[in-house]
Amino acid sequence: MADLPLTGAPASARADDPRRSLVIAFAVLCVVAFYASAAICFYGSDLFGPIRAVGNIFTGLFSGRWGTAFNPMAWITVLFTLGIVMRTVSWFGFEGQQSYAGNFFNDSGLRNFFFEMLLLGVLGWLFWFIVGNAVNNLAAAGIASGFDFLRRPAGFGINFSPFINYQEVSSYGTVYFVGLGNTLLVAISGIILATMIGFMIGIARLSHNWVISRLAYVYVEVMRNIPLLLWIFVWYFSVLRLLPGKADPLDLGPFGLLNIAGFYAPLPIWGEGAAIIPIALLVGIVGAIFLGRWASARQMATGQQFPVFWASLGLIVGLPLIAYLAAGMPLTFEMPTPSRFGPRGGARVPPEFLGLLVALVTYTASYIAEIVRAGILAVNKGQTEASHALGLRQGQALRLVIVPQAMRVIIPPMTNQYLNLTKNSSLAVAIAYPELVSVFAGTVLNQTGQAVEILLMTMLTYLTLSILVSLFMNWFNAKMALVER
Amino acid sequence: MKKKILSAAIGVSVLGVAGAASAATLDDVKAKGFVQCGVSQGLPGFSNPDDKGNWTGIDVDLCRGIAAAIFGDDTKVKYVPLSAKERFTALQSGEIDVLSRNTTWTMSRDTQLGLNFAGVNYYDGQGFMVRKDLGVKSALELSGASVCTNTGTTTELNVADYFRANKLEYEIVAFEKADEVVAAYDAGRCDVYTTDQSGLYAQRLKLTNPGDHMVLPEVISKEPLGPAVRQGDDQWFNIVKWTHFAMVDAEELGVSKANFGEMMNSDNPEVKRLLGTEGEFGAALGLGNDWAANIVKLVGNYAEVFNANVGPDTDLAIARGTNDLWSRGGLQYAPPIR
Repeated sequence: MADLPLTGAPASARADDPRRSLVIAFAVLCVVAFYASAAICFYGSDLFGPIRAVGNIFTGLFSGRWGTAFNPMAWITVLFTLGIVMRTVSWFGFEGQQSYAGNFFNDSGLRNFFFEMLLLGVLGWLFWFIVGNAVNNLAAAGIASGFDFLRRPAGFGINFSPFINYQEVSSYGTVYFVGLGNTLLVAISGIILATMIGFMIGIARLSHNWVISRLAYVYVEVMRNIPLLLWIFVWYFSVLRLLPGKADPLDLGPFGLLNIAGFYAPLPIWGEGAAIIPIALLVGIVGAIFLGRWASARQMATGQQFPVFWASLGLIVGLPLIAYLAAGMPLTFEMPTPSRFGPRGGARVPPEFLGLLVALVTYTASYIAEIVRAGILAVNKGQTEASHALGLRQGQALRLVIVPQAMRVIIPPMTNQYLNLTKNSSLAVAIAYPELVSVFAGTVLNQTGQAVEILLMTMLTYLTLSILVSLFMNWFNAKMALVER
Repeated sequence: MKKKILSAAIGVSVLGVAGAASAATLDDVKAKGFVQCGVSQGLPGFSNPDDKGNWTGIDVDLCRGIAAAIFGDDTKVKYVPLSAKERFTALQSGEIDVLSRNTTWTMSRDTQLGLNFAGVNYYDGQGFMVRKDLGVKSALELSGASVCTNTGTTTELNVADYFRANKLEYEIVAFEKADEVVAAYDAGRCDVYTTDQSGLYAQRLKLTNPGDHMVLPEVISKEPLGPAVRQGDDQWFNIVKWTHFAMVDAEELGVSKANFGEMMNSDNPEVKRLLGTEGEFGAALGLGNDWAANIVKLVGNYAEVFNANVGPDTDLAIARGTNDLWSRGGLQYAPPIR
């Protein structure tokens, strides 16, 4: 590598540098060669074909014609051009600032630039070749392509769509959102429940009570050493057989009915003036947050404690209760009633969801328990002894001293478990829970035959979900990290 | 055309479609030494493995017929069990040479999936199976029922149409594998199991107490089941198509596996053309002149195939009905060999 000049001369002083024109010429040559070869190979020697295709992306995006905007060949062209431009700019910013070896062949910056451009060109061409080949072959094989199918009516039924009003006449695009909603529902409720159960088992595993710690140990070993798919079948099919038939459901009194077709909860029906209740709940939550801040500030300043937990509970539960009574009790429940084909009315939770949720939660909780145990054991025993010496009770020591320190060890591997749970929810395809893979990458794919588009959409969706979970956990990790003064 | 290809939006994917488009399937099959045949994951009477792993069924016999026509050996078949969801992709990508998997011929499949249906080897229709103790006599009494079926089938669409058209409420529970559908129905998760009627009779044998279940009289759809091949290879398309026709023609001419020996000496010109003792019909398919003779000798005619797999003497006990020859009031009709 050439020596960096000790005194940074401004870039304008190097206008006579012979490398500049060489670099620009080579970059232009690369772009021209790429466009020309693209035009010859894929646009029937129409030299302006690639440029028009790139232009179509923008006209497509602005006019809402997605079919034109999502031309993959044009996107590769754009990315390749962008790559060349960025590398050229970076040369001017870095290698171009270094002193010139006086010879094209001995100048390491120039050499790097040439070879990196070549690599970029080969990569761009490879992508071009693969995608172009796929597009041409699909067309030649008479297989329909493009994203227009998303607007076509789906025609089949879906038995669980809590968020979106889905009918058989809804489009394939709606099916995607129904599937996504169901995936999110099972993933989010699964993450919350698995964390709670995992923490409890992990702490139970360290209990001084021999029976409790052994039970937790057996749970962890049994759950995590059997494949998840088997657990899903076990929970779904064996539990199904235990539940009563559709005509004679198990009466859970005020909680609703339970039978083989699902759990039928009472459906709350909000009457007039009920809007005040959620407002009261919101006020209660915000009030509890401020109360907590005020109480800890006061404790810092004066050492006096305040019963924050009970006061917050009173705010969060009490305020909506008062609002409910004040509004004249505007809430009634629609109770499910039995009939020949199973209960009518109420809010139904299908057994497919329950089976999948239980399987995902119990399985993932066993891993989380081990992570929690490892995290707690990673905190020096002296910390426990010190907190006991300060007069903290066992529960307080755990909550105020041990767990906050253990969190630093726990959070990073926890991210993995959350990602696993989200991705594992796609195993639902085995038990007819209509999530993304089952209805979209399954039924829709089968009906339209457009495997490439549908799998690409599904993969991108899981990628996005995973990245979002990762980002959140990284943020949380940074927040919980040991702040060194 | 070029313009259309380019505006086609496909994502970056290394899907194995390269070279799948216009290869001569017959040459590939001859080079491999066997026919790769996509079948179901186990549907008695159509394609079902026994405990030794030998496949039997009406769809399997079509594959054997193709192998007999090409190699003169009906065992040169490799069976690839496919779920309803996998089947078309397997054919498109060239993983199999022919899809013979109780697959319904529909317009969208024929026109959008890059495949061609080569004929109908079983005329079917969709029906419903329920528990007898439910006391239901007609599908119109099923409002509010849970219906179990397979994902990615025409069944799923037909049932949606039927319940909508008759303004009946229903809940669909769709599984990927047929065995899971049967298990869920058997466990009582659903009141109704719906699929092609032949499939209902076949799957009923797998239930804990087959006698407790009945098939309702309604047939709610046309389900012409037949083999499919990739679009764009007419020679291979012809071979598959004429394998089925040869079986039907053989039945019509009274040529069977049983009387094959004496029929070789027949003076009937139609029989002679079928068995290749007159004319050069095999060469036009790219096969030997004894192509159809081998099919009949090794596999049998359509009646023999039907009776051995799904006919009245089998557990399925399905009558010929619509699958009888046209001359006896059925729908099976093959163009003449001439």
